[in-house]
Amino acid sequence: MTTTRSSPLLEVTDLRKTYGERVVLDDVSLTVQRHDVVCLIGSSGSGKSTLLRCLNLLEQVDDGVIRLDGEEITDPGVDPGEVRKRIGMAFQAYNLFPHLSVLANCTLAPVRVHGTPRGEAEQRARELLAQFGLEEHVDKHPDRLSGGQQQRVALVRALCTQPELLLLDEITAALDPELVGDVLTIVRDLAERGTTMVLATHEMGFAREVASTVCFLDGGRILEQGPPAQLLVEPREERTRQFLRRVLPPQG
Amino acid sequence: MSGQTWTPSERELERRGVRRRQRTRRILLASGLTVLVFVVLVLGVRGTPGWPRVRETFFDSFHARESFDAILHGFWINVKLFLICQPLILVAGLAIALARKARSPWLVPVRALAVLYTDVVRGVPTILLIVLFAFGMPALDLQGLPIDPLFWCGVALVVSYSAYVAEVFRAGIDSIHPSQVQSAAALGLSRGQAMRFVVVPQAVRRVVPPLLNDFVSLQKDTALVSAAGALDALFAARNYANFNFNYTPIVVVAAFFVVITIPLARWCDWLQRRWMERERAGAL
Repeated sequence: MTTTRSSPLLEVTDLRKTYGERVVLDDVSLTVQRHDVVCLIGSSGSGKSTLLRCLNLLEQVDDGVIRLDGEEITDPGVDPGEVRKRIGMAFQAYNLFPHLSVLANCTLAPVRVHGTPRGEAEQRARELLAQFGLEEHVDKHPDRLSGGQQQRVALVRALCTQPELLLLDEITAALDPELVGDVLTIVRDLAERGTTMVLATHEMGFAREVASTVCFLDGGRILEQGPPAQLLVEPREERTRQFLRRVLPPQG
Repeated sequence: MSGQTWTPSERELERRGVRRRQRTRRILLASGLTVLVFVVLVLGVRGTPGWPRVRETFFDSFHARESFDAILHGFWINVKLFLICQPLILVAGLAIALARKARSPWLVPVRALAVLYTDVVRGVPTILLIVLFAFGMPALDLQGLPIDPLFWCGVALVVSYSAYVAEVFRAGIDSIHPSQVQSAAALGLSRGQAMRFVVVPQAVRRVVPPLLNDFVSLQKDTALVSAAGALDALFAARNYANFNFNYTPIVVVAAFFVVITIPLARWCDWLQRRWMERERAGAL
């Protein structure tokens, strides 16, 4: 699709992040090509969220390099705002703005950050909201919606800026199983349309289905990574096997 | 894990250098600008045609020294008044706010009174309240109550400020998301308990800055008691000024007030930062 395939969209090398004495990410390296869907799995506290937050510079890394499209974004001279314009993110707790309507949540960044004319931004937001089955909630405030609806709005909000890379931080963790399906259908859809994504998830079945690469994080390190068919079925590391035994339903 | 063996890479060291330089540049810029602004301000004021006369009447070091003791003595009254009134206002303000939030049918008259109280009291200028209380209350000849105008000045300040502070508390209570009340209710806490253990503690943290605002204002308004003849710092300063045709003592009083409000502001900042660090650690 794009002309140059020379550099990967995202390249992380030897990333390190500490909070005081605690090492949260240690020597993490990861390459994401365009149209890749990278799933980060691992138990709570393994560093999945922190890694995602480092990728759009919400956290300052303590060592290592992150390149977006070949350009180092961990350089102190880089304007984080410019980087985040190209990256969309959705959070576990939705983090919608409660004082704005659904539509206003979705048009805030396109209008204020990207300079899209309001009419155009609203039209685009309405289209996306309709696609995700939210057309009747456009003018409501987020608190009026169910968790699954809120999370879909959060996804639309992230997509409205047409990001090159989408970061999803356990977006289904706060939802009940029925709603999980709704949200995952959307993500699956996005994956099929070629959206590049890095997502932290506990949904192993989903990871197996959509991921091009699965990374298993343990204690702040990527213990192993590979295509889902390999990693989720016959992992190399004993630690990975242990983790999968705990989270995967027994095979019938 | 490998915390001990880790050494920063070349690139990280380089980045730290850049960040350090950026920081130095920012500090230099900030200090330079600050100095510049103050120099311009000072030069601007000193350049005005009337400056020599203003300096003589308002900034005379001889008169400042001469009036200092009397003002210091009077200022003690302001400080006492403030220290006694402030806790009373906090308690009264919170009580009024809670009365307005009460939902029990028994408390409806209290609620109505609270609404009336805040509406009326906030509408009356503080200085009028002070004069009314200081001269009117003793005139009632109530048994067992002091007739000292200073006492009634204090009461007037408590009455006036508790109305403002009640509204601040109420805004704070309203700003706590209903889900907090629900989760407290789900744990079996009564409405009162939910207020006391869950809502109010959060609300208080949130309204510290506006409360501080009111208390700085209260500190200054203790000077209004001089209107009722209490011998506070402003009274002493005005006394001196009227005798010597020099207003320097007024500036001295102003300096006194500034000196006591600044530590209060810093203390509140510190308190808030501590709460923030504890409660928002690692939050998004």
